[in-house]
Amino acid sequence: MMTYLLRRLAYAVPILLGVNLLTFSLFFMVNTPDDMARMHLGVKHVTQPAIEAWKVQHGYAQPLFYNAREPGWRAWRDTLFFNQSVHMFALDFGESDDGRNIGEALRARAGPSLSIALPTFVLGLWVNIGLALMLVWARASWLDRFGVTATVVLMSVSSLFYIIAGQYWVAHLWRLVPISGFVPGADSWHFVLLPIVVSVMAGVGNGTRWYRSIFLEEIGKDYVRTARAKGLNESHVLFRHVLQNGLIPILTGAVAVLPLLFMGSLLTESFFGIPGLGSYVIDAIQAQDFAVVRAMVFIGSVLYLIGLWLTDLAYSWADPRVRFS
Amino acid sequence: MMLLAGCTQRVWNDPYPTSERVSNILYLSFLERPKHLDPARAYSADAYALTAQILQPPLQYHYLKRPYTLIPQTLTAMPTLTYLDAAGKSLPATANPDQVVESVYELHIRPGIYYQPHPAFARDAGGHPYYLPWRAKDRSQIHQWQDFKHFGTRELTAEDYVYEIKRLASPQVNSPIFGLMSGYIVGLKAYGSMLAHMANKAGPNDYLDLRRYDLPGAQVLDRYTYRIRLHGKYPQFLYWLAMPFFAPVPPEVDAFYHQTGMAERNFSLDWHPVGTGPYQLTLMDPNWRMVLERNPNFHGERYPSEGEPGDAAAGLLRDAGKPLPFVDKVVFSLEKEVIPNWNKFLQGYYDFSAISSDTFAQAITPDAQGKPHPSPVLQAHGITLETPTMPAVGYVGFNMLDSVVGGYSERARALRQAISIAVNYEEFISIFMNGRGIAAQGPIPPGIEGYQAGVSGMNPVVYHQVNGHIERRSLADARHLMVEAGYPGGRSARTGAPLVLYYDNTYTGPEAKAYVDWMAKQLAKLNIQMISRSSDFNRFQDKIRRGNTQLFVAGWDADYPDPENFLFLFYGPNSKVSSGGENDANYRNPQYDALFNQMKYLDNGPEREKLITQMLAILQQDAPWLFGYFPRQYVLSQAWVSPWKPNMIANNTLKYVQIDPGLRARDRAAWNRPVWWPLGVLGGVVLALVASVSFTRRKRERSLAK
Repeated sequence: MMTYLLRRLAYAVPILLGVNLLTFSLFFMVNTPDDMARMHLGVKHVTQPAIEAWKVQHGYAQPLFYNAREPGWRAWRDTLFFNQSVHMFALDFGESDDGRNIGEALRARAGPSLSIALPTFVLGLWVNIGLALMLVWARASWLDRFGVTATVVLMSVSSLFYIIAGQYWVAHLWRLVPISGFVPGADSWHFVLLPIVVSVMAGVGNGTRWYRSIFLEEIGKDYVRTARAKGLNESHVLFRHVLQNGLIPILTGAVAVLPLLFMGSLLTESFFGIPGLGSYVIDAIQAQDFAVVRAMVFIGSVLYLIGLWLTDLAYSWADPRVRFS
Repeated sequence: MMLLAGCTQRVWNDPYPTSERVSNILYLSFLERPKHLDPARAYSADAYALTAQILQPPLQYHYLKRPYTLIPQTLTAMPTLTYLDAAGKSLPATANPDQVVESVYELHIRPGIYYQPHPAFARDAGGHPYYLPWRAKDRSQIHQWQDFKHFGTRELTAEDYVYEIKRLASPQVNSPIFGLMSGYIVGLKAYGSMLAHMANKAGPNDYLDLRRYDLPGAQVLDRYTYRIRLHGKYPQFLYWLAMPFFAPVPPEVDAFYHQTGMAERNFSLDWHPVGTGPYQLTLMDPNWRMVLERNPNFHGERYPSEGEPGDAAAGLLRDAGKPLPFVDKVVFSLEKEVIPNWNKFLQGYYDFSAISSDTFAQAITPDAQGKPHPSPVLQAHGITLETPTMPAVGYVGFNMLDSVVGGYSERARALRQAISIAVNYEEFISIFMNGRGIAAQGPIPPGIEGYQAGVSGMNPVVYHQVNGHIERRSLADARHLMVEAGYPGGRSARTGAPLVLYYDNTYTGPEAKAYVDWMAKQLAKLNIQMISRSSDFNRFQDKIRRGNTQLFVAGWDADYPDPENFLFLFYGPNSKVSSGGENDANYRNPQYDALFNQMKYLDNGPEREKLITQMLAILQQDAPWLFGYFPRQYVLSQAWVSPWKPNMIANNTLKYVQIDPGLRARDRAAWNRPVWWPLGVLGGVVLALVASVSFTRRKRERSLAK
């Protein structure tokens, strides 16, 4: 187990380096440091000396990858790429280009994002699996046909529609919850209730259809027939046998996204005024704030790798036949 | 729980704490977080919405008077101005600008003005600054602004104003107006070079105590008096003195924020500005909410007792002489999307609202004359509408350096004039702006000296007079001009090749195609083919800087209400390509430049107006822009907001806003009674589903048993 984890850790280093290099190259292919300075200084009355001063102050005055003015290995060290990468691998994300601490922003924004994403994930999983089991149990009946039709309809509708409809009906017409907003602490339930319900609803169609197909595949297998032959009732067969054996494909999708819940949801947070991480990257890209973009892509990559590790661990938990070797 | 809730009077969709229900709080929304709040750096409307309430430059605009009038804010009187010649001798105010070598402003601030409470002013029993130096013990205990336990204040002094002027030159600050001001303030450019040298020695972000380095152009004369020296004559400088760039910054606050550990906690002038204004920023979370609260040390400004004719009748002088500000607290909430913002305004949770194109039809009902009014639904709620014209202009520029559309030959001029006629901005305003704008006859918008409404201000190249009204000239006129330009029927008379023009813009999103198609359609009226070159902001600016454009979309927001701030956009030495100035059409006309040099030194009056009329006539003939439109802002306010007057130049107007919290609480409660029956229906559906599953189960079990 430990060997396996160490090996995966060793694989992660070149992956993260590659992601970092790719982000860096792509960003600076589109935006030069001069462009970034102009974006931050505005369009009125900006002079070239002001742009040069901004670059020096924010560390963008160095060459990108190779510093021809420096001898030996310093030619590689005294560059933008090297300096920024070293700090990031030390998890020092520094300041955004408008001078605000990125670590502080991440800490402040992760909570609100999780307050939506985690309940949505858990509740969504529970609802989707529950509905899928119900449809499998009632397979080939009118309930199944109705359920399949309903899920197809639900999955055909844009998630934006659920948000706008939810806000319009629940918050605007029925006036049961605030349309948007957030407060930290226990009172936040008032604000997160609608986004959670809407997010779960938006995922019900896809999730239920997907899990139904997994369970239908399982239910036709020999071990299910054996279980029934032993006289087990249908609920027992579904919950103790079909669900457990259907967990591996479920885990593949579910556990991998678990760490990424920290990253929040752009659309939901934007419409419901949740001060989370969802819009942090988009705002940063629009403002050409490379420091934030780089930090968020790096964190996203790390979380994705963690998600993959967790998936492997979950496999072995769900299926004892899986071994780390 | 829901049943219990249904029995109480609680408004369930209220996004604010119950304790605030009848509080004297103004609720506003914001779309984008301000990039900077440091007075030397902030240069955007979203930043001014906050900083103008906190910081007090020496001058401000009178709230009610029009045309916009400067008055002292922290000064005892308007600054005294002395012109000096080359020998240092005083010149009369009417002196020829060529003789004026230096303008000297003396500003005397009122004693007894105090800063908002701030930890940088806190002192211990021995009189030593409490947080300067910031000890390791404090650093370990203070992580957010609320963790500071000790606050203090001190009196505003002249040195604070001089310190801020010095900061404009600091490479650590990167003020956007340093380049501009270094051309005017004596010694500012050299001061910037010196500070850059010092910063290189000390470290790019280490604290430099600017008090130790004198700036010849900004000097403290005594505790309450300071002097600013400018090269030559620059009457518009007074307007700059009403902008936050010239607000005071206490040196000890700057030193406080430069201490180790401050930046990591976002303790900076950019995050926590310090001022003497009516409000202080008590919560700065631009991803969620920003809160201004009454500054307990505010020096007691009073509501104006005079205004324009009609102001008294409009109820705008009802509060004359009352102390400001009226509202205790202002809460700005982030609303990134239009629909939630609008619906919350309808529910009474925002006190003001702009109108987007998505909600325009729901919000506005025009009368028979086309005058906009709030829709009947909004009128029933007592919501009122103001429609001020903004001191801004949207236009399409011709690159005067381009070989096809540029230049000053009769042919090139005729081509630009023909296009000016063909591009119908009345239609543009109707389609894309819901009528919220005025087709421009020149670059100067209404409310600014030099603007003339009606026939007297008509652009005779594009319009003509019909029965006392102005009407756009016909396409036949435009086609005739195309013949003069050498492009009959949109083809070169010489080669027969079709005329193809590039249209540079930064249009993005779903509406981009509509904008581009509309412009293509306008040019197609003259059989001109158009190729749109949409690019991102950086690429677009790059093309403008290099002069690689033919037609380009642009706009200008006024810094101050003076025609110079619009007419300088055509001044030859300000050409974008040759000098990096704001003249992005690269227009250069010696006659115009000569008139501009006369006009900019004059006070408003008949002589200046005559010069402006001549300048506008030259611009209309040369047509370096398609003078597009002057945008109008439609602002809705709730019934509980007292009568207010839009002031499109002043930003510090929140102190004049007054609300009736009791009426607001009653209206909110009446408008937001929860509707519970849908939950009952939902519960019924769930029960029916459970029952049908149960029924199916029993049926199956029975069939298995058989």
